Amino acid sequence: MTIVDNDISKALQDQVTQAINNKQALSIFAGNSKRFFGNSDEKDGKSADTIPLDISNHTGVINYEPTELCITVRSGTKLSELENLLAENNQILAFEPPHYSVNNQDTATIGGAIASGISGPRRAYTGSARDSILGVEIINGHGEIARFGGEVMKNVAGYDLSRMMLRSLGTLGILLSVSIRVIPKPECDMTLVFDASQSEALACFQSLRKKLLPITATAWIDDKASIRLSASAQVLQSCQDKVRGDVIPDTGIANKFWKDLRDHSHDFFSNDKPLWRFSLPPSTPETLSLDGEQLIEWGGSQRWIHSLTPANIIRDIAKSHKGYATLFNSKPSTTHNNASDTEVFPTLAPELFALHKNLKDQMDPHGIFNPNRIYQGL
Amino acid sequence: MGEMSLDTNTRNNLLHQLSEILPDNFLLTSKEELHPYECDGLAAYRRLPIAVALPDTIEQVQAIVKICSSLKIPVVARGAGTGLSAGALPHEGGIVLGLSRFNQILDIDTESLTAIVQPGVRNLAISDAAAPFGLYYAPDPSSQLACSIGGNVAENSAGVHSLKYGQTVHNVLQVKIVTIKGELITLGSETLDTPGYDMLALITGSEGMLGIIVEITVKLLPKAESVKVLMASFDEIEDAGHAVAAIIAEGIIPAGLELMDKAAIHAAEDFVHANYPLDVAAILLCELDGDDIQLAEQVERVDEILKKKKAISVEIADSPEEQARLWAGRKSAFSAAGRISADYYCMDGTIPRKQIAHVLKRISEMSDKYGLRVVNVFHAGDGNLHPLILYDASIEGELESTERFGGEILELCVEVGGTITGEHGVGYEKLDQMCVQFNDAELTQFFAVKRAFDPDELLNPGKAIPTLHRCAELGGMHVHNGELPHPELPRF
Repeated sequence: MTIVDNDISKALQDQVTQAINNKQALSIFAGNSKRFFGNSDEKDGKSADTIPLDISNHTGVINYEPTELCITVRSGTKLSELENLLAENNQILAFEPPHYSVNNQDTATIGGAIASGISGPRRAYTGSARDSILGVEIINGHGEIARFGGEVMKNVAGYDLSRMMLRSLGTLGILLSVSIRVIPKPECDMTLVFDASQSEALACFQSLRKKLLPITATAWIDDKASIRLSASAQVLQSCQDKVRGDVIPDTGIANKFWKDLRDHSHDFFSNDKPLWRFSLPPSTPETLSLDGEQLIEWGGSQRWIHSLTPANIIRDIAKSHKGYATLFNSKPSTTHNNASDTEVFPTLAPELFALHKNLKDQMDPHGIFNPNRIYQGL
Repeated sequence: MGEMSLDTNTRNNLLHQLSEILPDNFLLTSKEELHPYECDGLAAYRRLPIAVALPDTIEQVQAIVKICSSLKIPVVARGAGTGLSAGALPHEGGIVLGLSRFNQILDIDTESLTAIVQPGVRNLAISDAAAPFGLYYAPDPSSQLACSIGGNVAENSAGVHSLKYGQTVHNVLQVKIVTIKGELITLGSETLDTPGYDMLALITGSEGMLGIIVEITVKLLPKAESVKVLMASFDEIEDAGHAVAAIIAEGIIPAGLELMDKAAIHAAEDFVHANYPLDVAAILLCELDGDDIQLAEQVERVDEILKKKKAISVEIADSPEEQARLWAGRKSAFSAAGRISADYYCMDGTIPRKQIAHVLKRISEMSDKYGLRVVNVFHAGDGNLHPLILYDASIEGELESTERFGGEILELCVEVGGTITGEHGVGYEKLDQMCVQFNDAELTQFFAVKRAFDPDELLNPGKAIPTLHRCAELGGMHVHNGELPHPELPRF
């Protein structure tokens, strides 16, 4: 399967210019697989007054030389196609981005992965989407095309506007292409599992952090701790004695487990209640004050929970552990919750929010890029 | 912002207000006291500030910034002053805010594997303090004995191990800054995800232009079980370049991968007697680390690749002493250049690895053209070049030739798809080359960011981002191919 080479940057630029002239805000999308993430652009059941801007046809590989450990692709390129290409060259994305499915279709794009900045199971061990980014090409708030960063590993010329695009959910500009650092694909993966209470699992993950083992994922769910290691067969063999648990002999089953966690297709996520994501310091102990089943990833740093507990209580619990709670998916289609009016992201300190506002106003002076998607007023 | 001196009233007002909030020895104003602050590690550029303030509390920093903000006085933050791009060059109408008294390690958390440190703490001091717990701080600039962690964040510093372990931006979790308004703001967090825009990345490498860094939380890593260093010699520098690409292609990310050319080998060997081969065109130093089994496997593979890529010999150093000997030459390359030349000028471009041979050839042609010798050492693994141009400042015109030569190297780096600076920063030094790397829209965007943080342009003004006016003038210069259209115009 080859990636279609289709450069529509000029057309996109025209649409932005038109939006500026008409003072008409844009709602940027590509695969729509993260539509649920961020503040909804619907209010009181009505769609906000924005024009949709579709990036999904802006596809293709602009530059890829495996020995440079860098690939530059247009943002509408599908993650699945990009990852296939990398796999042919024994490389992977270090941050294992999720492919949330839309009507059972895998539509996720690299642009969406970068704009949302969401990373998968590897994140705590081989770095985040943010750590992998080397450069971006954007349409800025004046409708101009601008490039920041580049394709080389080290680059400190100018402010780091490439990383600013991560997590900005399209509110600072339109991503046209991204340059990403890639890493060698490990020869083999091995997953070990053992029965554990939450606190046992956390203690185990914590002790592993201090050891030099090729761990690439950890998870605790259904009273079982799972640990994935990735290296050569010989190295993995030598690791077996150093890590607790039994090896899952069928790698197909193990791979499916991690993929289901990554893509939120695991049974855990089939739940009508709002889905909260806790980001906590990894050494945070078991959080007993939360009701409901938990899924723990990233060695304890990322904890998922479905809960109807009011947002302010959930956020206070996270804060008491020096962390944050994000309303990852409010499940607006379900009837028995009122979370869809809750701000998705935790409140920022007023001075910090003021800086965000200044930055947004400077980079998007006409206020056309995904208004309010992250915070009301941005 | 252009240079301006201050009127006497404002100056007296400033000094009076600063003296009200700072103890006597925290405020330097006499010429003798100010002299040590007139330049940083790039001594070719020097200026005296109005005063140097050396606070030791965050409250004092806030108060100083508020005073300067109300009087519209520029503030240049300074760590250890080891920077190589004149980023801490004082402003004639402003003050230097020295952070050397912020020298405490506040906490080492062996559970979270983090350290909370003040900005004036030396880079190496963090690893020293973490060592009893089997931990260390990964980014290791060559100046790590002296450079401060605050400066590292401001410059997004890196070192020989950044290929595997990342730059400063990958190893810092949280930073507290004082804004130009005097507010204390926390960027980043102690978790792996922080809400809002990535302001932490923005402040990292912002060269003191967006805020004053007053506290930093860094990641600590467990020390590798074992380390091996391989030294391969090559008859052709191109072969060394190909060997670098081949190692990466094999899926191996060495902890360090450094290349030295013949001139560098000779200079280093004369200086530290590392026992380098003298009859070769280049050597490649490759450091591998990990657990014993993984390491043995990698050493075998790298050895094979090097030989396949025409290495004429490969030496494998097992013992820490042998490894230290091999590294000694590379680590002393700058001092070694200083021994064979009155002055040297260190460049910092980064290029795609595949361009290594081409760029070295072009640098050698430029060396002939300018009649100036060059010593090449570089972080080959991540394509970061450090050509050292050898010159003698006492010979009239030689510094200017050197600057033109250096500028041409950086422009070449941009031409082949790289950047003008990989780790040293733009500072005052590379403003002209920024015009080559970025167009007006991009520079305007940088100024927009600056305005969001510092609307009056008081934090380290005149650094890092050139004005469009400056670039327009420079564009004119380029059109005329070196013959300046307006030689009477000052090049500030």
